[in-house]
Amino acid sequence: MSERPIDPISIDVGEVLQRNVTSLYATLVTRPTGRAVRMAIETQLRGAGTLSLSLIDFSEVVIIDFSCADEVVAKLLQQFLDDEARDAFFVFRGVHEPHRDQIEVVLARQGLAAVVESRPGDFELVGVRTEAEARVWGRVEECGTVEPEDVAHLAKEDEDREALNSLSLRGLVFRSPKSGRVHALSRLVSHLL
Amino acid sequence: MLFDARHLRWADPNGMVALLVAGTVAGRAQEGLPRLQLPDSADVSGYLSRMGFHEAAREVFEFDAPQRRASGGLSDVLLEITSVAANADVHAVIDRVQDQAGAILASKLGYPATAVVQFSVILSEVCQNIVEHAEAPGWVAAQAYNWARRLGRFVVVISVMDVGRGFRGSLMDEHSARYGDRWGDTTALEAAFLHGLTRFPDSGRGQGIQQIRRQVRRWDGAITIRSGTARIGQVPEWDDTPPLVDGLAPLPGAQISIILPARVPE
Repeated sequence: MSERPIDPISIDVGEVLQRNVTSLYATLVTRPTGRAVRMAIETQLRGAGTLSLSLIDFSEVVIIDFSCADEVVAKLLQQFLDDEARDAFFVFRGVHEPHRDQIEVVLARQGLAAVVESRPGDFELVGVRTEAEARVWGRVEECGTVEPEDVAHLAKEDEDREALNSLSLRGLVFRSPKSGRVHALSRLVSHLL
Repeated sequence: MLFDARHLRWADPNGMVALLVAGTVAGRAQEGLPRLQLPDSADVSGYLSRMGFHEAAREVFEFDAPQRRASGGLSDVLLEITSVAANADVHAVIDRVQDQAGAILASKLGYPATAVVQFSVILSEVCQNIVEHAEAPGWVAAQAYNWARRLGRFVVVISVMDVGRGFRGSLMDEHSARYGDRWGDTTALEAAFLHGLTRFPDSGRGQGIQQIRRQVRRWDGAITIRSGTARIGQVPEWDDTPPLVDGLAPLPGAQISIILPARVPE
């Protein structure tokens, strides 16, 4: 149970922003800014290999507009979902109430979902998801880690089994190809919080 | 050309920014800058000064610099007239409002402290509209007013104008064909305002105006966009502005006007 199948990395968006934009405040606004931040994140991820888990931390960001949310969240997710050579998982931290609307809107527009920490220690699945996906994701989140022999118990119905597969394909839970364990992403990054 | 503002008694952000647009258009049609005669009233001139009008007008008009009046301490202006031509200007606008906006939105409009974020997002998206679509500079300004007689409440007025190619010009290459003979200022505004169309093929684009409309509706506010000969708007119950008007005097570029009213206590 102590297996940590991926070594997650933490990326502080506020810090990336300060490096890329001259601004008094950590305001993530305008599309070029969002693009610059996304590219900086991608550069960091390039060194992470073909399997990665990233904690993208918005805690220090004061404002995020829709253009930046589209670049830094939606496009980042979409790019790695489209990339068959790499498996990249993301948890978005510090998605406080003022950021939430912008992030949910851009996810919905692209048909995406993401795992976000909305309050310290409080993780949610936001964006486009079916009822079954939300239900199964909640169970995995509650368990933290699901042993291979318990997966059948976790998802008894066909609909739930399909949902679990979908969650795995969409990068919303991690199923270890070695052990077959299913991990809640929040647990895999817990030591970074 | 002479712009005679000597008898001007009042100007809100829409009026001030529109004057800059008119001056810019006039300047294009002649050699040298048009002349502006500033208001005789010291109060009006002082207000224009506090709103940053004189500073912005230096690039547009030739005028006699007004006498400097002693500053009355902290500015009560929500956002002085700010030129927007590049993304760095959008950052400057958002930086500027951080100090003042929260206090003004809370004290004048009764909005929660977090409203400053949504307000900043609105400003960011409307300013980006200039940078990404107008291909020409513009200005933004915002201020709070007591609309005691008109509405019985305080409002915040945001005005954004540019001297660019307008919505029809911005969308023409990508979308005019599907509209055929119907293509014009009205259909271009409907396409952007109601349907979120944009000239960019990227599916993540075109949500700025849609999300501004949504937030303005949440605050029971009004938003209108005028471009070319048409104006389209989303108007709340308290406003009798028609939602769509055509046949207006041609306006180069675009004007986005947003009015956010104070919350009515429940």
